Amino acid sequence: MAQITIKGVKKNYAKTAVIHGVDVNIEAGEFVVILGPSGCGKSTLLRMIAGLEEITEGEIAIGGTVVNKLEPRERGCAMVFQNYALYPHMTVRKNIGYALKVAKVPKAERDARVMKVAQSVSLEPFLDRRPGELSGGQRQRVAMARAMVREPKVFLFDEPFSNLDAKLRVAMRSEVRRLHRDLGVTSVFVTHDQIEAMTLADKLIIMNAGKVEQIGKPTEVYNNPASRFVADFIGSPAMNLFEGEFDAEGHFVHGAGGRMNVSQLNGVRQPGRKVVLGVRPEGVRRTGADTHGAIPAVVDYVEELGASRLIHADANGSRIVALDNDSAELKSGTPVHLSLADSALHLFSLEDGRRISH
Amino acid sequence: MIERSPFFDFITYLAMAFGALVVVIPFWITLVAGSQSLQEVSQVPISLLPSSHLFENLAAAWTRGDLGPKLINSFIVAIGVTVGKITLASLSAFAIVFFSFKARMICFWLIFITLMLPLEVRIVPTYSIAANALLPFQVILDTLGITGLVQAVSGVQIALNWNLLNSYTGLILPLVATATGTFLYRQFFMTIPDELVEASKMDGAHPLEFFFDVLLPLSRTNMLALATIMFVSSWNQYLWPLLITTDRANFGTVVMQLKALIPAQNGTPDWNVTMAGALIIMLPPLLVVAFMQRWFVRGLISRDK
Amino acid sequence: MERRAYYRNGWMPWLLLAPQLILVLVFFYWPTTQALYWAFSLEQPWGGGNTWVGFDNFLAIFRDREYWGTVLRSAFYAIVSTGLSMAVALTLAAFVDRSLKGTRIFQSIYVWPYAIAAPAAGVAFRFIFAPESGLIGSVNQIWPGIWDPATNGIHALAMVIVCHAWLGIGYNFIFFLAALQMIPRSISEAGAMDGARPFQRLIDLQLPLIAPTAFFLLIMNLISSFTDSFGLIDVMTEGGPIGQTEVMVYKIYFDGFKGLDYSGAAAQSIVLMLLVIGLTFVQFKWVERRVHYN
Ligand SMILES: Nc1ncnc2c1ncn2[C@@H]1O[C@H](COP(=O)(O)OP(=O)(O)OP(=O)(O)O)[C@@H](O)[C@H]1O
Ligand SMILES: [Mg+2]
Repeated sequence: MAQITIKGVKKNYAKTAVIHGVDVNIEAGEFVVILGPSGCGKSTLLRMIAGLEEITEGEIAIGGTVVNKLEPRERGCAMVFQNYALYPHMTVRKNIGYALKVAKVPKAERDARVMKVAQSVSLEPFLDRRPGELSGGQRQRVAMARAMVREPKVFLFDEPFSNLDAKLRVAMRSEVRRLHRDLGVTSVFVTHDQIEAMTLADKLIIMNAGKVEQIGKPTEVYNNPASRFVADFIGSPAMNLFEGEFDAEGHFVHGAGGRMNVSQLNGVRQPGRKVVLGVRPEGVRRTGADTHGAIPAVVDYVEELGASRLIHADANGSRIVALDNDSAELKSGTPVHLSLADSALHLFSLEDGRRISH
Repeated sequence: MIERSPFFDFITYLAMAFGALVVVIPFWITLVAGSQSLQEVSQVPISLLPSSHLFENLAAAWTRGDLGPKLINSFIVAIGVTVGKITLASLSAFAIVFFSFKARMICFWLIFITLMLPLEVRIVPTYSIAANALLPFQVILDTLGITGLVQAVSGVQIALNWNLLNSYTGLILPLVATATGTFLYRQFFMTIPDELVEASKMDGAHPLEFFFDVLLPLSRTNMLALATIMFVSSWNQYLWPLLITTDRANFGTVVMQLKALIPAQNGTPDWNVTMAGALIIMLPPLLVVAFMQRWFVRGLISRDK
Repeated sequence: MERRAYYRNGWMPWLLLAPQLILVLVFFYWPTTQALYWAFSLEQPWGGGNTWVGFDNFLAIFRDREYWGTVLRSAFYAIVSTGLSMAVALTLAAFVDRSLKGTRIFQSIYVWPYAIAAPAAGVAFRFIFAPESGLIGSVNQIWPGIWDPATNGIHALAMVIVCHAWLGIGYNFIFFLAALQMIPRSISEAGAMDGARPFQRLIDLQLPLIAPTAFFLLIMNLISSFTDSFGLIDVMTEGGPIGQTEVMVYKIYFDGFKGLDYSGAAAQSIVLMLLVIGLTFVQFKWVERRVHYN
């Protein structure tokens, strides 16, 4: 178990900068998930922690020791690769035990440890097979066992489940949760799957284009997105975002000209201020026409989700999505009235996308 | 890459430089010695820097080895083999991969077994056939009794004879007769998806149109690779030309002249001329490989799969 | 190798195949059969009668101590030159595989020997190793007579072997490098995470994974040293001194074309053919066992 400190870390490939200064503190025993769109530099950051990639600038410390100049083998991290990177010519037993063999652990102890780890991920029946003779899920477990057997200070995972089918993913997810609960090892997990991120993380790091957008508990990130990017990226269905400004009466006027009554945003309603207004679909409700501040809209189409459904509607030229539990049939073209829940409104600066607190 | 320690990088460069030295030294010595005067080249120890006599030595080697006509012969043979091999190989691979006929597998094996035995191994009998390339057919006709039949009917005796000694055909044909190229083309043709053939059929294209309009353009990289490999290997042939050309003056190739350039046991040790000659002889295939490296590397490697 | 889409056409495939088949028949099958026939009969050099003698030609060469000397020498030559060439090429490929800056230049230099005719390299090496010249020969200035391939058979053989090994570096390097680069990078990285140092990764991970290529090269090199050695030896030593660098092909050439003993040469050819076929067969067997990544 070790704490990881990342200070002002940058990474350039030749001339192009791909990580522009990242500062993160990871507590000992924490399970941290790095989430971000493809190409934002998640793997690069993880590989810099592992020692597989040089650190251009800044400092990474593991357990209080600066590791910038240390080789991977000296850092005490174990890694699970996206394509598993199992040794194709070795049996499962040898794959798992290789690190111990390199570390010159005596054979008897090595066998015992391999067996114990194999049991914990239910791999004993496959110990004498080669990776080529295993299913995707079994390979995945070998990769995990190989990381676990060394009893490392830190676990690093680079999209370990991206080659699995949906069902196996869910199973592996809970397995990883369980292992983390049992072993309590500091873990850094990279993914671009937000459900995976939400369910696994003690702490979530949202990255975009080589920068950290937000760090926080999953619920915190969901409820108080620090930027327009995070608001848009986290949550499915995605948050409704309207660009616009406040008029003289303090109404929000969105780009297409429609007005919305947002009296709850007291204090930040300077007329002429350009902002982005965000509200999650579950914060948009159908109401009667006479409700104060109701927004008239026309149903475009309805997406059935089973227990609930999504209403895609047009409010004065602006698209809005509402989560609806009412089962009454709604046809395309039906006029409805929508209201925005008081607590569900988010406001971001149009200029830099940062959150405006209210 | 991992382990970017400056020390390990240094070791890497050191090893690579040492390797480069091992590879380059023979070339360098050839160049250096080829540019020195007789006196300089006979010095012990020899100077490892080039001198100023390169062109005299080249000229001397040119005359002594009669390199002008020999270079022309070498080019004729190398280009002949290259063109011949590419033509035959692409045609036969096309037939084997894209046609369905009864004896297909037999033809396949008939051709590919030849990969097993290099020319050097069967040099003695191959030489004998060069004296009369049509001998096999004569024997076939004789055993089938056709010769006798024809003679009885028309009074004409069939005597097939085609002497390949001292001819370009003799130099070229046996080198074309192996399956390396066919194998390379087959490997490539196998990667052509069925859909392409089907599409071409749907368009109403004749098989030969498919061959010329689709397969050949697609296999350009393979062709360059094969051309490089064939040019180099036929330029560098030694044993076969040595046997088949008794008339060295007219049909000798340049590689055969190397021996003639070596100083005689008790003659003047003018290694400078020898090395200048070697330089001329080494240069064409070296240039081809240097320029074609990207393609021919790919070709060589796909041969293994 | 079956494909779903193909052409059916009675005569066209035969037309396409004819040139190749005829050449193969005339220049491969006929001579090979001829060699078999000669090997089992006694024939006059330029036509004339021949008599069936069974295995006499083979017995004659097998009883010949000199022939066994040649076989052993060829084996030694093959093993040492193959080992040397492959070791150098593998080392270079392993370092080049680190892809440091500027590696490309080295990479293209290493391929050069592939382009060189064996006799041309032979001439260059003969000069380099000549006892009277100023390179290796310089040692004779310090210790007179210590190096003389013209009279010392061991020196001569060493010289030829070194040259043969040098010639093979380019070919071996290309294959080794390609094989190394085919290994997914993450396997090396996983090895590094498991704590293995570069040399250990080479032994434990890379070498086993390129074993099929290494084996392919081993066979190709062995075959080439049995067959391609002719030009080299002819230029460098002509089999001398006193036959001490004579290898199998050279003896075939010498007995057949200089000694005009066609039957003996044919029998020797058959032995060499069997050897090469045997090696190729082993190669084919092995190729089926290629390692696959995932
Ligand atoms: N060796 C390299 N040379 C140059 N640029 C690179 C190199 N490796 C990665 N990059 C660039 O760095 C950026 C970040 O890459 P990285 O692999 O970290 O993305 P990622 O967030 O892991 O994406 P994904 O979710 O697709 O795996 C990308 O824009 C990529 O193009
Ligand atoms: Mg990635």
